[in-house]
Amino acid sequence: MRAGVTPLVEVEDLHVHFGAARAVDGASVRVLPGEVLALVGESGSGKTTLIRAIQGLQKPTSGVIRVDGTGGSSPGHVQTIFNPTVQMVFQDPTGALNPRQTIYEIVAEGLRIKRHAGSETEQVAAALSRAGLRPPERFFPLYPHEVSGGQRQRVVIAGAMVMEPRLLLADEPVASLDASIRGEILALMRRLVDETGLAILVVTHDLGLAWNIADRVAVMYLGRIVETGPTEQILENPRHPYTRALLSVVPETREMEQQILTGEIPDPARIPAGCRFHPRCPLLQSGDLPEAISSRCPIDDPGPTPLEAVSAAACWAVTSGVDSTAIGLNPG
Amino acid sequence: MTSIAMQRRRATASRVWAQFRGSRQGMIGLAVLLVFVAMALAAPLLADVRELNPVFARAQGNPQWAPPSVFPPLGTDYIRRSVWAQFVWGSRVSLFVGLAATVLTILIGSVVGIVSGFVGGKVDAIFMRVTEWFLVIPFLPLAIVLASVLGRNVWNIIFVIGITSWPSTARLVRAQVLTVKQRLFVDRARSLGAGGGHIVAHHILPNVSGLILANATLAVPISILTETTLSFLGLGDPSAASWGKTLEEAFVNGAMARNAWWYFLPAGLGILAVVLAFTLIGRTLEEIANPRLSRSR
Amino acid sequence: MSDALLSIRDLSITYHSQGRAVPAVRGVSLDIEKGGSLGLAGESGCGKSTLANSILRLLPAGTEVTGQITLDGKEVLGLSPGGLRAVRWTAGAIVFQGALHALNPVQTVGDQIAEPMSLHRTVANDDAAKDRVVELLRRVGLPAARAESYPHELSGGQRQRVLIAMALACDPHLLIADEPTTALDLMVQAQVLALLDDLKEERNLTLLFITHDLSVLTYACERLAVMYAGRIVEEGPAWEVFENGSHPYTRALAAAFPTIGDVGSRMAPSGLGGDPPTPGDLPGGCPFHPRCPLAHDACLPAEPELRISGEARSAACVLV
Ligand SMILES: Nc1ncnc2c1ncn2[C@@H]1O[C@H](COP(=O)(O)OP(=O)(O)OP(=O)(O)O)[C@@H](O)[C@H]1O
Ligand SMILES: Nc1ncnc2c1ncn2[C@@H]1O[C@H](COP(=O)(O)OP(=O)(O)O)[C@@H](O)[C@H]1O
Ligand code: SF4
Ligand code: SF4
Ligand SMILES: [Mg+2]
Ligand SMILES: [Mg+2]
Repeated sequence: MRAGVTPLVEVEDLHVHFGAARAVDGASVRVLPGEVLALVGESGSGKTTLIRAIQGLQKPTSGVIRVDGTGGSSPGHVQTIFNPTVQMVFQDPTGALNPRQTIYEIVAEGLRIKRHAGSETEQVAAALSRAGLRPPERFFPLYPHEVSGGQRQRVVIAGAMVMEPRLLLADEPVASLDASIRGEILALMRRLVDETGLAILVVTHDLGLAWNIADRVAVMYLGRIVETGPTEQILENPRHPYTRALLSVVPETREMEQQILTGEIPDPARIPAGCRFHPRCPLLQSGDLPEAISSRCPIDDPGPTPLEAVSAAACWAVTSGVDSTAIGLNPG
Repeated sequence: MTSIAMQRRRATASRVWAQFRGSRQGMIGLAVLLVFVAMALAAPLLADVRELNPVFARAQGNPQWAPPSVFPPLGTDYIRRSVWAQFVWGSRVSLFVGLAATVLTILIGSVVGIVSGFVGGKVDAIFMRVTEWFLVIPFLPLAIVLASVLGRNVWNIIFVIGITSWPSTARLVRAQVLTVKQRLFVDRARSLGAGGGHIVAHHILPNVSGLILANATLAVPISILTETTLSFLGLGDPSAASWGKTLEEAFVNGAMARNAWWYFLPAGLGILAVVLAFTLIGRTLEEIANPRLSRSR
Repeated sequence: MSDALLSIRDLSITYHSQGRAVPAVRGVSLDIEKGGSLGLAGESGCGKSTLANSILRLLPAGTEVTGQITLDGKEVLGLSPGGLRAVRWTAGAIVFQGALHALNPVQTVGDQIAEPMSLHRTVANDDAAKDRVVELLRRVGLPAARAESYPHELSGGQRQRVLIAMALACDPHLLIADEPTTALDLMVQAQVLALLDDLKEERNLTLLFITHDLSVLTYACERLAVMYAGRIVEEGPAWEVFENGSHPYTRALAAAFPTIGDVGSRMAPSGLGGDPPTPGDLPGGCPFHPRCPLAHDACLPAEPELRISGEARSAACVLV
């Protein structure tokens, strides 16, 4: 962590349970001003639930969420908070826009709720053009179904940006968009970060997206962050066996030997004992681990990555200094 | 800025109207309905209200049980009253009761449906329990009991119809609210800091209003038929000559046995025509109200 | 090409909706040889699914189709209804876009897989059909017990496997997969791609694979065709086209998915400006020119034809 910088958001040991299902189970994340953190993982790993909790759309079971240095929820006393400095961008822009509202009304909605002073029209126009919808006046009277998918996502971004947020939570912001539009939206997000000091926590299972715009990457598995670190390190030199497996199946990394994990992420109501990844761990299954470690994996939980860690991997092999890169994955 | 929004609203309205105009069933329904509405409004011009009074009819020297050929345009009944006058003035009562009862039905149904669906939890459980009670109690017997307890006047009839027919509207609206509530744009509004009132007014209502409107047009014929049934069973307002009342009197006084078709046929056909008209309009609106089906990209 | 399993010549498809003509496919020719695989790429609305559906004549009634489609030696566009039924499923089968909606929610997965078999009478009786369902499920990596499940009880990846099992039920020669992995996450996508790869080997299956993710196609197919505004604008060996596209549109698509570790794309997402074209309202000349970074005067007079751009490669751009 850069010295003297107050984190925009700190999530510490967050738990969100739905009955027996522990969707988020001890996750800790920190986002600094002006940085993009990519939260990656398979579907069902709890990414969406985590950011919905930060936004205040989902009540945490326990844990701390500190936005802008002010404590929202604290252990034992959990409440959902609304904070206009945090705004959200959704995976499906079509669903996120009310089909009965014009684009002007959609973007102005936040201003009206906030009872913002000053010229509404000017601010809406400014937000639209900043999101790349120019000339903005042309878009005022249109309904969402009258613009393309990429433009709809820009409208969602403009609607969030009028609130002058300091943190943007983006859930798969380009997953439903075409390849040709994807880069434009990502470029827009990065530009907002570089120009306005905004921070973005972006949820994705697209590692190319992280390579394109993220400063840091946090890898989530079954409700926890299992590896975190600077983007280059995580994507070029991953240490956790789960991260390595994820990276090996990115179609572009054809030179790597694929490690296709069998099955899907386990049911969050039945999180395996010991290391939660052990039933699918290729490193453990390879049989190349020293006995001292391999006997530990199924019983002992390596625990979550700590909040303060700049770079960490929750794996016994990594913490005992075994060179996990020597086993399995062979970058060409 | 709101002027742009207004313009778009007007454009939407004219698009709906254009779509409506393109539908043959809708236009037929509308035409039939307009004829009856015009008749109800112009009743004083079309027939002397005193013709409904048997004393006046006798004083006029009207014949008894006269067929239309003898007493144009529609003949007379067992106490010499003009059937035409009953038909014209009856349309007023029937349409008024039908519309007023529908307003009550839709009002109760929408409020219960929206509150229940939007608030959820305990409120929803209680509201839905009550709704189910109303749904399982056989509707007609309840209406009969209520009507006879409350007494026979038009306002009570309206109340009885309203209080017995809102549950299906409530269920329909609630189901729609539940799906709208799940939509991402509601989450988006929440992230912007919107409260429940704002969300209901700006996101839930606009997305269920089409359904409510279509439901309302379909509730009118049901209300009219219910009023007819109640009147026919002798539970109508004795002083308000609705079509149902005409049918009841015709029946009780042996119009069928005498083959006095001119007595019961106009009221019967009037009810049929109005009910069909509303149903046609309602169907058409229902089709238009579903924008996802009609305008695909 | 004489050993082509699928051969399409000058295919044009026009939808007619609300009094407007929508030319979704405009003069496409392509071949896939037996056991080969072709990836069809292009952004939403460029006509990929329309092309795919036309191969089995699954387009809505009233759609205008001209040209020639030869599948397994049969002239698809001239087939009688009986002949058409035989071609569907047995000669070619399709895995539809959107696994969620392609399955019937109130029928068990097993019954749905068995349906085409009984329709085309490829099995003797119900017991034989059951055995075959179990075999197919196992082949796509699902336990036999899954035959009793309803679609909502399955995850997205499992549903996609069921759809593939359905498509394989009548042992088709050509498998058309329309965005089979778009809604899936990375790991499940890899599982499905590996499954398709195995099937290709094992059954000498011919594959037409459709998606807008060029990198997936490059991984899954030998050859690649890129569509823009209803036409093929580039065609060639998959890896070469992806790495070194001749058409500016191909290069833009390829750049949209960065190679991890490539310093050039780090913190530099690459996209294409402008909006996708609207069929029926295409710009004159090269339809890509409003978005093309290399557009110049020579692009305006006429729409460029496909021409040879390298060994077994072609592209439709004046710069080739
Ligand atoms: N039934 C139809 N009637 C009229 N137009 C249609 C119809 N089906 C598709 N189109 C239009 O034809 C064009 C091609 O559509 P198609 O579904 O083939 O695109 P696609 O390349 O498969 O896109 P996606 O990646 O979104 O699946 C689009 O402009 C679409 O709007
Ligand atoms: N409202 C809910 N009720 C019950 N389970 C839920 C709910 N929301 C999410 N889950 C479960 O929690 C887990 C994590 O979900 P989610 O946060 O959506 O994951 P991701 O975004 O990483 O795909 C999944 O197993 C999901 O089924
Ligand atoms: S702790 Fe053991 S099982 Fe878990 S990821 Fe590390 S090696 Fe694999
Ligand atoms: S012909 Fe011109 S506009 Fe079209 S792709 Fe080539 S350079 Fe671009
Ligand atoms: Mg998610
Ligand atoms: Mg398609």
